[in-house]
Amino acid sequence: MKNISKIIFLENFFKLILKIATLIIIVIFLLMFYSLFERSMPSLMENGFYILFGSSWDPNIKLFGGAPAILGTIISSAIAIAFAFPISLSIAIFYTEYCPLRVRPIISEIMNLLAAIPSVIYGIWGLWTISPIIKLNFQEPIIASIGFIPLFSGPAYGLSIFLASLILTIMITPIIASISMDIFLKTPILLKEAMFALGATKWEVLRHVVIPFARRGILAATILGLGRALGETMAVTMVIGNSYIWPFQSISLFSPATTITSKIASEFPESVIDLMHNSSLMSLALILLLFSISISFITKFIEKGVKYR
Amino acid sequence: MVNMKYLIIGIAVLAIIAGGYFIISSQQVVPVTITSGGATFPYPIVSKWISEYNKRYPHIQISYQPVGSGAGISNLLAKTFDFAGSDAPLTDEQLAKDPVIHIPWTMGGVVVSYNIPGIGSGLKLTPDVIAKIFQGNITKWNDPEITSLNPGINLPDREIVVVRRSDSSGTTYVFTSYLKLASKLWVLGSGTTIRWPVGLGAPGNPGVASTLIQTPYSIGYLEFFYAHNNSIPYAAIKNRDGEFILPSLQTLSNAAKAGAALLSKDVRSAILNLPGKDVYPIAAFTYALVYRDLSYMDINKARAIVNFIWWAIHEGQNYSEALLYPKLPSEVVKIGESLLKQVTHQGRSLI
Repeated sequence: MKNISKIIFLENFFKLILKIATLIIIVIFLLMFYSLFERSMPSLMENGFYILFGSSWDPNIKLFGGAPAILGTIISSAIAIAFAFPISLSIAIFYTEYCPLRVRPIISEIMNLLAAIPSVIYGIWGLWTISPIIKLNFQEPIIASIGFIPLFSGPAYGLSIFLASLILTIMITPIIASISMDIFLKTPILLKEAMFALGATKWEVLRHVVIPFARRGILAATILGLGRALGETMAVTMVIGNSYIWPFQSISLFSPATTITSKIASEFPESVIDLMHNSSLMSLALILLLFSISISFITKFIEKGVKYR
Repeated sequence: MVNMKYLIIGIAVLAIIAGGYFIISSQQVVPVTITSGGATFPYPIVSKWISEYNKRYPHIQISYQPVGSGAGISNLLAKTFDFAGSDAPLTDEQLAKDPVIHIPWTMGGVVVSYNIPGIGSGLKLTPDVIAKIFQGNITKWNDPEITSLNPGINLPDREIVVVRRSDSSGTTYVFTSYLKLASKLWVLGSGTTIRWPVGLGAPGNPGVASTLIQTPYSIGYLEFFYAHNNSIPYAAIKNRDGEFILPSLQTLSNAAKAGAALLSKDVRSAILNLPGKDVYPIAAFTYALVYRDLSYMDINKARAIVNFIWWAIHEGQNYSEALLYPKLPSEVVKIGESLLKQVTHQGRSLI
């Protein structure tokens, strides 16, 4: 009898610990949300929608428009995803369908290594190595030939929203690729063999079995990559050129720009003595948080659609 | 028996050692730990001072966190730092609320650096031309306004790439304050962050330095020692007396000497664009900030802080030039002395 009550007690105790652990995470999230909101209140009251749509940022005359930073974050991440998505899928398909088994561990090891490199290293590499190469061999020829199109107009700085997107692409490709690889490997062999037995080509098997089966996983991997791109700070700060001229004075992809995270990282340490400046940076952080949350909601929504079809 | 004897001798020796240690340690002064931080600009010299001071007074442990002037000030006001380093002095408004004393403890200068292949230090620039370049009114290196100042130098027909700080910074504050003072053409105002119409933003002095090195035909502003250490060429700037002056430890120190009279009225005065034949026009002090009344802390700690700053502006200055900080002229050291004497603990001076 004694033993049973002890077991029940332990069982309840164990459950309690699990509950507390989960509760802590929820409380931390709410507290973070609350404190961000509270700290951004002064700026939101003062600036209103200007923080979302304004194009000027000048702490000396109390002008805090966040649009260039918000657009910089969105566009650089979007370009990165647009490049990284097809590349990652190609890598994953090659890995699971075409790659000799002996080579597989090498590829997966390299992917893991690339995913684990600290972002500041990507930043230094982008600043010192890639920026001059891109400037000389890519930006300058393009500006010389089709520079009359505003999207590709000069001058070539090297550091630009284009370079930032490129570095982000390199950073998130291994993340999306390695998750997709794992998911592709989980496709039931029976299904694939049945398709082959019916005379399907490799392409048809991919198209009709492997990819539909992995759709949700690929989506999740892409969202994870997008999350990394949106939140990336150090590497982007080092290669984006931190300028507020994009996209209102120049829409060129070769123009230096800025993102929410690089703006916060750059200005936060010295902003603590200026309430409005500080609060405006907090508002930008809040906007980024809301943005990330809404992306994860949209993902849930899409996932449901995928499931019921 | 022999063993017993040795044991007794051993215990006696130990007792003597222990007793001696006890006597010595009871005579030793109480250990003091001081937490400080702030501006990154003086960090190399301050950490040198701290290690040298610690060699002389091992019981005093000082830490200095290079978190930036703004964070230094806010930590001082929150009393989490015992003293702070700041490039920017407090405003009158802040001072009315928090009686803080500014002691100029070292200084520096901002140089206009450039990367034009084949051209070394000494390109001549006037404040008006600098203002126009950084505002985007002059966009080519071979603009007549630059070439006319530099006969004999073959300036290329290339776009000027302006490089400036992306982070809020005391360097930006000094540079823009100078332009505001020296050029009527400067319309962007002054501050730690301003709205730059052109150019690349790079984080910190190291970021600007590496972007300059990476980008041919660029121009930017740097702390003197960053330009000097990275061998990035810098301009000779026309000073108030119409001379083109290259930055150096000497010409910067001249600026401090020229500013001493201003400082004795208000220690927070800028020493920008001062008259004098061999005065470099963009110089600035950086300050140690302490509360005038240190009664809120332990007397030993208060005394240690004041003594350390006193040491820094006297003996400490001997370490300055090796680290490319100009030595404080004696006039400024005197001002520092009289300010330190005003720091009190429960109504009594600490020096």
